[in-house]
Order: sequence, then C-alpha cells, then structure tokens
Amino acid sequence: MAVAFDEMTGIDGAVRPAYRELAAWLGEIRPDVLDYRRREAELLFRRIGITFAVYGEADSQERLIPFDVIPRIIAGEEWRLLQRGLEQRVKAINAYIRDIYGKRECLRAGIIPEDLVFQNPVFRPEMNGQKVPHNIYVHIAGIDVVRVDAETFYVLEDNARTPSGVSYMLENREIMLRLFPELFARHRVAPVDNYPDELLATLSSVAPDSSPTEPTVVLLTPGVYNSAYYEHSFLADKLGVELVEGRDLFVKGEVVYMRTTQGPKRVDVIYRRLDDDFLDPLAFRPDSALGVPGLMSAYQAGNVTLANAVGTGVADDKAVYSYMPDIIKFFLGEEPLLRNVPTWRCREEQHLAYVLDNIENLVVKEVHGSGGYGMLIGPTSDKSTIAAFKAKVKSAPTNFIAQPTLALSTCPTCVDSGVAPRHVDLRPFVLTGRDKIRIVPGGLTRVALKQGSLVVNSSQGGGTKDTWILDG
Amino acid sequence: MLSRTADNLYWLARYVERAEYLARILETTQRLTALPLAYVGESNEWESAVQTAGCASAFFANFPEATEENVTDYLAFSTANPSSIRSCFEAARTNARAVRTALTIEMWDAINSTWLELKRYGNGPTSREELSRFLRWVQECSLRFDGSAYRTMLRNDAYWFTRLGVYQERADNTARILDVKYHLLLPAQEHVGGPLDYFQWAAILRSVSALTAYHWVYRDSLKPWLIADLLILKEEMPRSLASCYENIVSNLDRIAGAYGRQGPAQRLARGVRTRLQNSKMDELFQSGLHEFIQEFIADNNRIGTTITQQYLA
Repeated sequence: MAVAFDEMTGIDGAVRPAYRELAAWLGEIRPDVLDYRRREAELLFRRIGITFAVYGEADSQERLIPFDVIPRIIAGEEWRLLQRGLEQRVKAINAYIRDIYGKRECLRAGIIPEDLVFQNPVFRPEMNGQKVPHNIYVHIAGIDVVRVDAETFYVLEDNARTPSGVSYMLENREIMLRLFPELFARHRVAPVDNYPDELLATLSSVAPDSSPTEPTVVLLTPGVYNSAYYEHSFLADKLGVELVEGRDLFVKGEVVYMRTTQGPKRVDVIYRRLDDDFLDPLAFRPDSALGVPGLMSAYQAGNVTLANAVGTGVADDKAVYSYMPDIIKFFLGEEPLLRNVPTWRCREEQHLAYVLDNIENLVVKEVHGSGGYGMLIGPTSDKSTIAAFKAKVKSAPTNFIAQPTLALSTCPTCVDSGVAPRHVDLRPFVLTGRDKIRIVPGGLTRVALKQGSLVVNSSQGGGTKDTWILDG
Repeated sequence: MLSRTADNLYWLARYVERAEYLARILETTQRLTALPLAYVGESNEWESAVQTAGCASAFFANFPEATEENVTDYLAFSTANPSSIRSCFEAARTNARAVRTALTIEMWDAINSTWLELKRYGNGPTSREELSRFLRWVQECSLRFDGSAYRTMLRNDAYWFTRLGVYQERADNTARILDVKYHLLLPAQEHVGGPLDYFQWAAILRSVSALTAYHWVYRDSLKPWLIADLLILKEEMPRSLASCYENIVSNLDRIAGAYGRQGPAQRLARGVRTRLQNSKMDELFQSGLHEFIQEFIADNNRIGTTITQQYLA
C-alpha cells in the first residue's frame, strides 16, 4: 500500500498553502488548551445531544459520534473542481433513473446489463412509465468522495435514497464557531448554515404543478425509534416544516392530507426519510405500520412529490456504481470529472478470477452491504478470515465487488498521544431542484480514529470533523 | 399544528400532573396512617388511597387486600400499573420525545432529567425516609416542568393544549378525592369535629395542597362544608373544580379564537362552568353531593373525549 497523502503536509512534508494558518496555529496552541477545548466540545455536544436526542438511554444504541476539533480544509479551487464533478454525477444519476423507468435506452445500448437492473430488489416495477414531478428523482444526494493525492478525488459511493449526516455538518460548524473563533478569524471559511434554506427552496421548487404557490412541505420520519430521528427532528425544526409520521397523513381522492388541529391540510411535498419498502402498505410491504395507505396512488396521480422519488436505489447500488463512468458518458456526452475507484465485478468470470488471486491486496464489498459491514480489507486481514471470505465470494459471486485498497488521504487529528494523521472521507450533499442544483460548500468529513484504519463509518469507531472550504 | 403533536402535548401535561397527584395521595396517606388508631379509626387508609387514585378494580384484581407496602409499590413504582408515578413519567417522556421540537429546551430538560433521575430509584425506596424524599422529589419535578412551560412557551395553541391537559387532569383528581371522601364532608354528620374527623379533613386539604389556603380564605377552624365549598366552588383556589373549569373554558376559547371556530368542546365546557358558577353549597348538599360529583366526573370525561375528537385525532 502506498504512503498516504496528507492533506496538510502532502507527501514530502511541506505544508500545503490551504493549511498554512492551521499548521501555524497547531504549532502555537498549548496541548493543554487544545485538550481543554476538546473536552468542552464534547460537553457542548452532550448538551445539544441531550436537548434533542435520547442519550442516556441505557438500552439505546445511540451514542455520541466522536467529534474531532481540528478542521479539515479544502482549498477554493479544489472545491470548485469537486463541485462541477458532483453536479455532473447527480445530473447523470437523474437522467439514468428516468431512463430506467422510461425508455430504457441505456439498456438497449448495452451500457448496463439488464439483470443488474431488473433482478435488483431495489428496482420498483411500480415506477415503470411513471412520470415524476419535473422529472427529478434524486433531490437530495450524498456522494461519498475520497482523495488519494493533490489532484485526484474518487467517488467511493453514491447515496441516492435517503442520505443522512447533514445535521453533523451543521452542528460541527456551530460548535467550532463557538470554540475556535480565533481560528476562523485567520481563515475565510465559506458558510454552511444556509443549507436548510437551500433545502427548503429545493423542496418547494419541485412541488407538483397542481399545488398552490406556497406548497406545504413536510418531513416524513419512521418515528422516535429510528436511529436518525434526531436528524429528522433537527432538520424539520430548521426548515420550519412539520415532522410527520405515517399516521399523521392520510390519502383521500388521491390527495395527501395531514391531520391538524384545524382539520385536514393538503400536503404537496414529502421529504421522506423512510425507505421505499415502508412508504405505503397497499403498494409495498403490507405489514408496514410506518407508511401511509394510498400514498403511491396519490404519487402516481401526480398530486404529491416524494423526495427522493421511489425506486432511486437502482442508481446507488454498489454493483451499478462500477458502470457510473459509462452512464455519465452515455447520458451527458461528457467525460466524468470525478473518477470511480477501479472496480472488479465478481459477476464477470475474468474479474472473479483476478479477485480470488489477489484478494489479499483488495477490498471486497458486498453489493447490498452498508455501514462498513460485510466487507473484507485484504491487507489487514489474517489468513483464515481471507479464506472464509473467499468461500463466500465463490458461492455467490454476483453479490460482491472488489476494489484496490486506496491510500485514503489523511488529516491532522487529535488523538491520545497528541496530533496525528488519520484517514478521512467526505460526503457533500447535492440538492437538485427544478431551477438549479445547489451544493452548500462543505459536507460531512468522517475520520477513522484508529491508527491505520480505513473504515470511517461511525458504527465502526469513526468520528467526524468540521469541513472548511476556503473562499477565494 | 399536527393533531398528534397537540395530543402528545396534552397527554404530556396530564401525565406530569397525575404523577404529582399520586405523590400527594401517598404522602397524605403515609401521614394519616402514622397517627395512633384513636385519631383515625379503623378504616383502611391504604384502600382509600387506591380508590382515590382511581385504580381500585385493577389493584384488587392483583392483591387481596391493601397494605402500605403493596399500595405504595402499585401507585409509585409498578410497571404493571399504567398510572403509577413511574409509568406516568415514562409516558410523559415518550410523549415529550415525540414532539421534541414543539417543546422548549427547558421543558425537555425538565422531563428528560426527571426520567433519568427516576432510574436512580430502581425498584423503589427501601425506607420510609427515602420514600418521603422520593415523593417530595416527584412534586418538585412537576413544579419544575409546569414552571418551565409557563415561563418559556410561546402563547399559542401548543401552550393552550398543554394547559388543557393540566386542568382536565387536575379537575379529575380533585373530583376523585371528593368522590371517595364525600361522606366525611356531609353536614348531616355535623358534630363538634372529634380528632378523628379533624385529621381526615386536614388530609383531604393536604392532598390538594389547600390546608394553608383554607385558613386564609375562611379564617375558621376546619368545617366540612367549608372544605367542600373550597374544593368545588372557590375560583381563587387553584385546584377547585371551579378554577379548573375557568381555565379550561378560557384555554378552549383562545384556541377557538385562533382557529376562528367554536365547537362542541367549547359549548360543553361552558355548560359545566356555568353550573359551577350558579351553584350554592347548601343547594348542592340538598340535591346530593355525591351525585353532583359523579356527574361532574362524567362531564369532565365527556369533555376530554370531545376535545380529542375535535382537535387531537
């Protein structure tokens, strides 16, 4: 594995321009002061956490995700490059989903194998030939990006269903502003706190044509027992929209209403944080008590917008991922601005043979897995684990893809022994409205706190950092 | 606002109010039973506590008789009793969590720390002293929650629905005490109150924190008909039926004003208030105190159902 590129000191140890002030500051600040602020940040998080969420519940899985106080910095010109690439990618994703549920030109052209679409459990036959308001399917996308050197960003994963994590982007910034005003004074950091406004503008812009000029937007949550409930209530609060559960909504005459103290009120746009399966017991899982009976009929009648649309999973599946560069070329006629990590598809015989021969150098992932589970990191696994995984891959090759182990970039991070480099990724959020695409300059930086670890998922010991995009 | 949000706020307030009431009943009963038999007679005060809490049938389905131990556990800590203090606080927090964004930080903090602290008491106090401390703590939690709501909430429908919850629960609680103890208040039993009656009367007043108020209002020794007057008709007494209905009517009116529409809940509540305003104590005694109270409890329940149908469902 190659030496990791450090975003502060590069490969050769010379401080890169965007990090000049931060490096100087890290040199000046006394360790005990930094440690004190670190503890203060933790306290602030607990307080906010306690005021919003359920921390302290003995039987709860919820806990604080560790927060690292050293910001991750991205230079303005790097961000602009990233931004153009993200816009391009999300445009292609939308065109692709529209095509899959419409004319299917990409299938006829052989861009992507048919069985990968039609036999995919996230493919929704209910959406075939279905028009969605303004032809937008993915209104909110979270694109996971990693970098390996000064020039190269790779897309690691597209999240086109119900991406989460944006509340951390907003709260991390709030806490940093409170704790490190002097560090902000030395930088020109692009603000992120307009995200809720941008999100609301996006959601309002995609209301069905039949809705009034001031459409009613709601956020649909599975409820208090969902692990992201805190984010749902946080966002609803910032957006100033009702946080509804399935039982608060009903459908009459193919129109969606919410039950209010002043009687039924029509709902035009539903920002749903509920998976397709649970949306409507009449259309999908009949045992779902979380959804709204008849919601799909209102959707199909064009009387309500669901954000994101139903069936967007066909675009963010790990197996489909490897076709994204071709999808971009096919639909936009452009070269992809952001690279894909080279991917071997175990469903193809030659790829499978390569993967089995080189498994100790590869990362092997389950196609439908998420959260860092169901994957093998070859270089850090012992022989027996590798052998067991090999058997799994052989028995169901279509379920697996493999990628080289990337030397993810590192950022300076507070650890017990002081400040040390740790691997990071980035999830920016891309909003697609009728009028335009909006990307707030920033995102969620996740950091693998364990030395040498490449797994940034919070379920596996990952933390978060504030992400600073420098202006100019 | 969402009906579910209003419903959660209404019940959140009701559960906190109920927890406080249960703590008062237990405190009062503990005090009564600590007196020598000569002062309180042979009556089983623990049984009377279960009745006043309104859960006698469920209780006696589980226990052959009421003792200090099983009543205290059932009313304060039992998870089998959906109206125990513990269950009330659990339910209050569940409701609060579901409407987190409709609460102020102070209210959430009050209810959440109550719930966290409750865990510290485990399966209940091991001594009488500890139980006393627990019962005081419950009342303080309720005061803190109510005070936070009063001082920090916007005066809009969300606030008015929490107030409706408080006053409906309070009216029900006061009426239940009167329902169980009415025989002690009848003027027919008018004799120069022996010590037995005196302590029973004081206990009634204590359970609605009205002992001091009584002396300020009447400047007289404890008289059963005056106690009935204080708890039923005196509007200046915050736990009287009249005061509760004054508040229920005014909060329902604010909601109707904001929504531009009156409904059956407003009409029914005004009816109850008018009856209370036009009543005299001697007439109530003549036409039957017990019947009057039972009718009131039924009316209060009916208004609760109507509020639910009109706004919360």
